[in-house]
Amino acid sequence: MSRTIVIDPVTRIEGHSKITIQLDDRGEVVDARFHVTQFRGFERITQGRPVHEMPALMARICGICPVSHLIASAKAVDDILAVEPPPTGVDLRRIINLGQIVQSNALSFFHLSSPDLLFGFDADPAVRNILGVARQNPQLAKDGIGLRKWGQQIIEWLGGKRIHPEGIVPGGMATPLTAEVRDRILAGVPEAIAAVERAIAWYKTDLLRWEDDAATFGNFRSAFMGLVDREGNVDHYGGWLRVIDADGKYLADRVDPKLFNDYIGEAVEPWSYLKSTYWKAMGYPDGIYRVGPLARVNVADRMGTPRADEELEKFRWRVGRVAGSSFHYHYARLIDTLHSVEKIAELLHGPDILSKHVRSVAGINRNEGIGVSEAPRGTLMHHYKVDDDGIVLWANLIIATGHNNMAMNRSVLQVARRHVKGEAITEGMLNRVEAVIRCYDPCLSCSTHALGQMALQIQLLAPDGKVLDELSR
Amino acid sequence: MSTVFTFRIDGKDVAGSEGQTVMEVAEENGIDIPALCHLEGIHDRGACRLCMVEIAGSPKLAAACMTRITEGMDVTAHSELLLEYRRTVTEMMFVERNHVCAVCVANNHCELQDTAEELGLTHFDLPRISPKVDIDASHRLFAIDHNRCILCLRCVRVCDEIEGAHTWDIMYRGLETRVQTDMGIPWGESTTCTSCGKCVQVCPTGALFEKGRAVARGSKTRRPFLPWMKVVAEERGL
Repeated sequence: MSRTIVIDPVTRIEGHSKITIQLDDRGEVVDARFHVTQFRGFERITQGRPVHEMPALMARICGICPVSHLIASAKAVDDILAVEPPPTGVDLRRIINLGQIVQSNALSFFHLSSPDLLFGFDADPAVRNILGVARQNPQLAKDGIGLRKWGQQIIEWLGGKRIHPEGIVPGGMATPLTAEVRDRILAGVPEAIAAVERAIAWYKTDLLRWEDDAATFGNFRSAFMGLVDREGNVDHYGGWLRVIDADGKYLADRVDPKLFNDYIGEAVEPWSYLKSTYWKAMGYPDGIYRVGPLARVNVADRMGTPRADEELEKFRWRVGRVAGSSFHYHYARLIDTLHSVEKIAELLHGPDILSKHVRSVAGINRNEGIGVSEAPRGTLMHHYKVDDDGIVLWANLIIATGHNNMAMNRSVLQVARRHVKGEAITEGMLNRVEAVIRCYDPCLSCSTHALGQMALQIQLLAPDGKVLDELSR
Repeated sequence: MSTVFTFRIDGKDVAGSEGQTVMEVAEENGIDIPALCHLEGIHDRGACRLCMVEIAGSPKLAAACMTRITEGMDVTAHSELLLEYRRTVTEMMFVERNHVCAVCVANNHCELQDTAEELGLTHFDLPRISPKVDIDASHRLFAIDHNRCILCLRCVRVCDEIEGAHTWDIMYRGLETRVQTDMGIPWGESTTCTSCGKCVQVCPTGALFEKGRAVARGSKTRRPFLPWMKVVAEERGL
């Protein structure tokens, strides 16, 4: 008799979802699915609004990474206005975007994932949380909180407030940077670098412990996508799309991100509100690719800043030129964070960073615009169509978690196959299935379950829906 | 020389000239009576009903902006009843259309928002109507989002009385009431609009705004022309 295991809700991720695991007559896993059970509808509710409101409206998608949506949205509106923001405006947008990446990466690694890494997947959930981390390894917890605070402060100082800042506007930034704020941000750089480097050192010494898990944590061949600059370095704000296959061969390079529709398709499955994107040339569902920190370090030649490049070299020496296991998202996320801190300092030292010219102004010059940037979780795409008066007629968003949807499903299946044995449900299995999802740090909405204390339920269901076994905490 | 009347507002002895309104004398004496349609320099209209006050001996409430002072009148401008009344009036303005402060161009620069805060309006008990309301963004410089219009008619009055264009007026009735440009044609096609922007400057909410302004960037900082409006009004004997 075939059975279904349901994990609902999945905890310590941003949003609401559940996992079902389908067993066959012999108790072997035949399929596993990651369901996103919430519905937002932003593409519909923004119709009819003036396009200048779009960045602020789209920022409301998420309270953790509003800046990412503000950046991609403002770039899409720039495209509609047919303007380039002044160079200083672009640099300030880059800084605030990197501040976002630092704080969100810190949230993912320290607050949400470090409890699993510190205590192991089989540890008691009462200990396996950020408060447990604070007791066991106070420096680790302190570094996580400090990094997140520093990133959030950058957002507040540049954008006006920490959540849903209003300073990122079509055409550039609303206000220029002052010398005082620049110096205040720079004062925090040495400590931020030290904090990430401490975390990297800790993670590296701990890495061997997880080799077994890494081998089955979403370890499969897939393509990777990310933005790179002219020199092939990671670019979180602009640049060109590069897509590589599992062997590091270019599937596409130097692609203008505005042409993404020519390369990426979207599929809808009846069991999830999250659309699955796929690489058109390989078709659906074979065109599976990953985005996010792991994809960024895989597609780029280098990070482009000295300390991060040193760490990237070590990363590649340890896990290969193209890391295939999603477990390495954690490692990649730390390198991505180190690079972001270094890049913020580099940009703040720019000669024109205090220029008063930070915004370009124009009317509606095109009826369609596309904005693409790197959000903490991967490549983010906003695509709008407007009428001649600038009223939004249509919008489509491809969010990093959408790019990763197929990869997450495959990862859940892989982990379930390894750890689900027969009819017994173990806490360790449950935790690993959840943890593999957490590698991708999926952003399903705007809620943070940072303490990981939500109720977790797993059920074994008979085909007629009868509950055969149940485990909850 | 006009006659001086002495009377009381909230127990305070005040004086004003014959022909002045309760609102004007209250303002001169630093007594704050909430209002959204009243604006110094243009005719009062009594549209918002927020400035309703009690007058001893009268069975009904009266709009302070429309009531001329009389000798010895005893006005109550602040009481529990009036506060409750004003709160409900403000709540009705919110539920009648679609006001979403967080993503409004006028956020933090909005008189409706300020009034709600001042009156302690923290939530809505009345059901929201949530009508489907249009935006007219056809004008080169400005746009009107009817979602945020509270029908104070400041735009109608300033356009008529100060600019002299009378582009703005009102159409339809009841819940369907809308301000309109040139007999209901798109603003951008108006032949009478001089694009002076006075309507935008006097709008108490984010209904009228400069195109291209992002959320919370709709500060109406060019209000200094308003005292000049008053001078014009006085010269014309309005």
